[in-house]
Parts: sequence; structure tokens; C-alpha cells
Amino acid sequence: MKIKMTINDQSHTLDVHPMMRLLDILRENLTGSKEGCGEGECGACSVFMNGALVNSCLIPVLQCDEAEIFTIEGIKDTAAGKLIAGAFAEAHSAQCGFCTPGMVMAAVNLLRQNPNPSEAEIREGLSGNICRCTGYDMIVDGIQLAARRAKEEAVPW
Amino acid sequence: MVNCLRPKSLDEALAFRAETKALPFAGGTDLMVKHRGYSGTGPRFDRPVLFLDALESLRTISLSNGLIRIGAALPLADILAFSGLPELLRRSLSSIAAPGLRNRASLGGNIANASPAGDSLPPLYVHEALLVLKSLRGERQVPIDKFFTGPGASVLAEDEILSEIQVPLLGQGLVYYRKVGTRKANALSKISAAGYALTQNGKLTDFRFAVGAVAPTVIRLKKAEEMLLAGTAEAALQAAAEYLRPIDDQRSTAAYRTQTALNSLKEFMGMHPQLKSIKMK
Ligand SMILES: Cc1cc2nc3c(=O)[nH]c(=O)nc-3n(C[C@H](O)[C@H](O)[C@H](O)COP(=O)(O)OP(=O)(O)OC[C@H]3O[C@@H](n4cnc5c(N)ncnc54)[C@H](O)[C@@H]3O)c2cc1C
Ligand code: FES
Ligand code: FES
Repeated sequence: MKIKMTINDQSHTLDVHPMMRLLDILRENLTGSKEGCGEGECGACSVFMNGALVNSCLIPVLQCDEAEIFTIEGIKDTAAGKLIAGAFAEAHSAQCGFCTPGMVMAAVNLLRQNPNPSEAEIREGLSGNICRCTGYDMIVDGIQLAARRAKEEAVPW
Repeated sequence: MVNCLRPKSLDEALAFRAETKALPFAGGTDLMVKHRGYSGTGPRFDRPVLFLDALESLRTISLSNGLIRIGAALPLADILAFSGLPELLRRSLSSIAAPGLRNRASLGGNIANASPAGDSLPPLYVHEALLVLKSLRGERQVPIDKFFTGPGASVLAEDEILSEIQVPLLGQGLVYYRKVGTRKANALSKISAAGYALTQNGKLTDFRFAVGAVAPTVIRLKKAEEMLLAGTAEAALQAAAEYLRPIDDQRSTAAYRTQTALNSLKEFMGMHPQLKSIKMK
């Protein structure tokens, strides 16, 4: 079945099985998004679909017809992406790094809606993402640092 | 290969549903887990799938004449963004899953899934919501407490889909919502409860209390409600206990659920200036 979508601002027409998961389609070329649980619990597969944070392991690709998908690879080269990568590095927000792409997507999603989040709001914004390494505190630190820098440097989310 | 369709027109959707008995699929947050394949592969469905997410008529929300009408396929995040949303629904829907899931999960899916632990259900029972079921044969309205026939089972016919949820607004009373789960995010409820109490001229005139995950379907504690309105609180708690028929499962035990359900009823009564004064064990 032919499915049209844009991935990181490039349009694609894919000839795929309509029930394939968006995550598997993405990972053929873009391996930033991870499969942790495959059940919506861990957030490692998080991407944006039409600007909204979603779990790509739960989305059959037919539902992406005409949709705009944005992944960690798309964010990486933006000013916001570079800023958050720097903040995560400085705050030790990544250890093994498996959760990090999903954490960054959830963080950017939060910061777009709320550029000045409190700690509680950050924890709620990350509540769909599991990290087995950091204990979360360092991720929260990284996001607070990113929020502060974005304001100082007037970088838009 | 499974036969699947993602129509933009409701008529097309209803025709496909009638013809193939296709499985309705909205946000997929229940279905993709239930039908999960091996890691790295797609889900396994043994029947045709009808996607509802492209039906614009199932993605609207409006408020007029004291009635909120919510399209069954509208994601929870969009419902939460609606400024006229009643407090009980706001509290319950924002407690479901996590931000990414709420961008996909629909209210129709939470209802049609027919889990006794569906978190939207106790508030919808308290509001006495009506469900609009559509098929090529026409449409019918079913009160929410007549929709479920057991865990995972409902009166939805094989050719019908849930198209709209109609929620009558409540008066200016006291509302209560409590979800008890293992952790805050992404945890299915051990129990959840919703309540409403209206006092007029110093007299309690309306009292409603619904609990989820303590019986095969969500229940309203009708006898207990009546006794409270009649002013007999102790008897009301006993009557409440008679409704509770929870099970032991991986999330909790029957005894814990019974106690927690009664505690939440007591907690709500304790919040109400009149009911508070009544002595309880
Ligand atoms: C990690 C995780 C956490 C979760 N946390 C919670 C939670 O805290 N509380 C909670 O209540 N639920 C929770 N859920 C369950 C789920 O997200 C909700 O029940 C959600 O509202 C389902 O909506 P959906 O649109 O995704 O349903 P789908 O998966 O698309 O469908 C669910 C069922 O409803 C049927 N259906 C859907 N729409 C219609 C319709 N319009 N007409 C007829 N039938 C229909 C489908 O055939 C299916 O049987 C969680 C799920 C996950 C994966
Ligand atoms: S892999 Fe999608 S949420 Fe875990
Ligand atoms: S850094 Fe290892 S899972 Fe988060």
C-alpha cells in the first residue's frame, strides 16, 4: 500500500504493509528512536506526529498517511537540538543513552508548551519515559539548564 | 494480509463495519498492546481493521444547552484542551497514561474497551453520560450504565460504532475524583472513584458515587446514595459494601480494593460540611 508522509521535512512515498509500526519503518534508516518495551510504557520510541508527541511503537503506518513525522534526527541539527544536547551533556543527563532520544523528544514537547517549567511540570512531562540509569534527577537538571539557556540565548523550541 | 480501511467518510466506515465486522481502531493504545507481535514486527490482527482516526465527524467537541458532546475518536489531549470541560473529566482524563499516549488515546476507546478499570468511566457514570451508537441501520442512545455487560463486553452490535459521548453538566456541587494506582503515570488503576454532592438551601439534594475496578463493570452505589440522601450514613456505608465484588489480580487484591473503595467514599463524605458531622467507624 502506498503511504505518503514527510519525515524530518522530507516527503516520502512508501510502499509498505499498512499495519507495520511507524517505529519499524523509521528504524530501517533512522535508528535514533528506540524500541524499549513495544507497549507504550517506556517512551524510548517517542517522535512527533503533526507536532504532537506520540509513541511510534503503537502507530500502524497507515495512520501516518499525509502526516508530518519529526524524529530525534530532525531535532539534532536545529538550534534547539544543539542546545539541549549540550545541556544534557553538561548535566550528565545520559548514561547508557538508550532512553535519551525519547527523553529529548518529551522534553522538547514540554518546552514548546511551557518554556519555563517547574520541576513538577518537568516530571509530569517526562512521565511517559522510563530511564533505568540516571534516577531522573540528572535529566530534570538537564532540562532546567536547557530551559534557562534557551531563554538567555533566545533560542525557540 | 489483513484487510484494513481508513476512511474519511462516516458512511464508508459504517458500510465497511457492516460488511466485514471489522474491528474499530481509534488511537490503538489498547489494541496495539493487545495484538502485539514479536519485537520489530507489526501487530497481529485476525480480522479486518477499521481506522476511525481520519473521521473528522468523530473528532469534534462542543458545549451547548448544558450538554457537552465529545466525538468518540477525539484524543484525550484535545478533550483536555477544551475550556468547558467539567472538573471530573479534567481530573480523570489527565490521570490517564502519559502525555504522548494522551495525544493518541481516545475517549471512545477508553469506553469501548469496556475495562472495569477505565479511568474515564466513574466520572461518566456520575455525569450520567449518554453514548451515541451508529450503524447503517440508524443511531441509538445508550445510557453509560446500560452499555457494559461485563469485563470487555458491551451492547455494541457488530455493525455499530460509538460515535459520540454526550455529557450533561452537573450543578454547582462538590465533586470528588480519586485514582489509586501503583505509580502516577502509565499505571492502570487499582480502583478509581468519582463523586458529586449538591446541597440546596442547606439540604443535600443530589449525591452520586461511582467506583471502577471493584466489580465486573464500573458501578454507581445507588442504594448508598439513597441512604445518604435520607440521612443515614452508617447504613449507607454498609449498603455500599454490598456493591463491591472486586477480584484479586496482578494489580491488587480484592480486600485492598474493597477497603480503598469504602475509604474513598468516606473521604468524599468527610469533605462535605453536612456529611462530615455524621459519625463513622
Ligand atoms: C502505557 C499505557 C498506559 C495506560 N494507562 C491508562 C490509564 O491510566 N487509565 C486508563 O483508563 N487507560 C489506560 N491505558 C489504556 C488506553 O490508553 C485507554 O483505554 C485509551 O483511552 C484507549 O483509547 P484508544 O483510542 O487508544 O483505543 P483503541 O486501542 O483504538 O481501542 C480500544 C477498544 O475500543 C474499541 N473502540 C475504539 N474506538 C471505538 C469506537 N469509536 N466505537 C467502537 N469501538 C471502539 C476498539 O475496538 C478496542 O476494542 C493505558 C495504555 C497504555 C499502553
Ligand atoms: S517502545 Fe514505544 S513506548 Fe516503549
Ligand atoms: S540513560 Fe540509560 S536508560 Fe536512561
